[in-house]
Amino acid sequence: MTDLNALSYTAEHEWVRIEDGIATFGITDYAADKLGDIVFVELPAIGGELTGAQVCGEIESTKSVGELYAPVSGRVVEVNGAVDADPSLVNADPFGEGWLVKVELGDAILDGLLDRAAYLELTGGAA
Amino acid sequence: MTQPRFTPLRDRHEARGASFTDFGGWMMPVRYSSDLAEHHAVRTAGGLFDVSHMAEFLVTGPQAGEFLDAALAGRLSTMPLGKAKYSLVLTDDGGILDDVIVYRLADDRFLVISNAGNHEVVAMALAERAGLFDALARGRLRAQPAFATVNAPVVQVEDVSDAYGLIALQGPRAQEVLDAVAEITALGTPLAQLGYYAATDATFAGEPLLIARTGYTGEDGFELLVPAQVVADLWDAVLNAGEPRGVVPAGLAARDTLRLEAGMPLHGHELSVDVAPAQAGLGRVVKTGDDSFVGQAGLAARPADAPVLVGLVSEGRRAGRAGYAVLDLDGTPVGEVTSGALSPTLGHPIAMAYVAPASSPVGTGLLLDVRGTRIPATVTALPFYRRKK
Repeated sequence: MTDLNALSYTAEHEWVRIEDGIATFGITDYAADKLGDIVFVELPAIGGELTGAQVCGEIESTKSVGELYAPVSGRVVEVNGAVDADPSLVNADPFGEGWLVKVELGDAILDGLLDRAAYLELTGGAA
Repeated sequence: MTQPRFTPLRDRHEARGASFTDFGGWMMPVRYSSDLAEHHAVRTAGGLFDVSHMAEFLVTGPQAGEFLDAALAGRLSTMPLGKAKYSLVLTDDGGILDDVIVYRLADDRFLVISNAGNHEVVAMALAERAGLFDALARGRLRAQPAFATVNAPVVQVEDVSDAYGLIALQGPRAQEVLDAVAEITALGTPLAQLGYYAATDATFAGEPLLIARTGYTGEDGFELLVPAQVVADLWDAVLNAGEPRGVVPAGLAARDTLRLEAGMPLHGHELSVDVAPAQAGLGRVVKTGDDSFVGQAGLAARPADAPVLVGLVSEGRRAGRAGYAVLDLDGTPVGEVTSGALSPTLGHPIAMAYVAPASSPVGTGLLLDVRGTRIPATVTALPFYRRKK
């Protein structure tokens, strides 16, 4: 199981894990639940530069469309091809197999991220 | 704004972990676990929907049928007993105030079911039209010496929405499931002989139950109307019989993708006071002939070149959504999407849209502006999905 307390979060409902200069991110269980069954995910191109807090992709469910925000700035080194083939992975395992993008962090300062407690407060404590 | 209301099935939905959404002034289950799973269950076995938020009106009196002829777009007075008919409440200028289903319960007794979001406007329209009709009819009767003392109304409209609960069991196994509910006793037509858009009296644990073979999913199925105080027991009984047969409770999200695949319009999306029936492909619902009805004069004054409702299919997975622009192949705007989704059954995007008549023939190639990306789409005949008989 992913240790959710070890992750950082955004107010736009992304989670991010930073390890060895690589940030892996996806959307939270709260966001996946609110969207409903996810049927299409558009992810950024490998090699592209993302800017923190900017839209970098889209997530569509049967009922609605959500924007994916980059939680950090950096260069995309990998995207989750399994999610492209089977978007329901995001609902089934948002913090694990449903991860979306890996970026190589530059020298940018990480700011604006929330810890688990602050994120839970934002979402009304729904763990 | 008043606080959204809950139906009598609130605790049943909460016990199954439903997410709720405000729909037409009601907090309704949008999904229990997965809207796709609920959608597929309805196509392959069955789904049970709470539609108790819908409004019900009893129209009674010796001229109830004639009144409905004057108040609605269709001809209801000639409906046989036990039949149901889709109809429209029009505005004076021929716009669609709401779409309704009318059931003939007796010679002098009809049930009208309207959308939850239009409850108040339909209640007002029916009351106002009934008052006018009744005054005119009694005036005519009093002019004849034999009827000089007539005082009873020829038609009365009663809003019975709060007295009833309504649930819909939809899917290919619906009949088998209802037949297995021991507490249900059909009093009229056996279910196996009950045709589409027909209804029969029954009882559920001794309480009156109306079983109608109608629905909003494109599958076989039934809508079940019972007194509000027993709807929770009926819900439990149908699920008990249904769950071993693959029936699941289903929410509004699945209901919306199911009706969209079936090409069925939704008021507030495909239908509105700005749209005339012919634009929505509902010209057949409007009676022809000389009898006058509310909206008749307005319909005659409508422009012939107004946008018309079409079905659109595209490839890939990105769906056009309500409000997105529709363009011709030169990039000129020709219309707007009213509903759209990636079809769970068909696996490709589908949408309904109003487009200029010149862009409406089946096979016309168009473009959808999906948040800045232009996606090719082709006009196709509705419905998108038709069940195998």
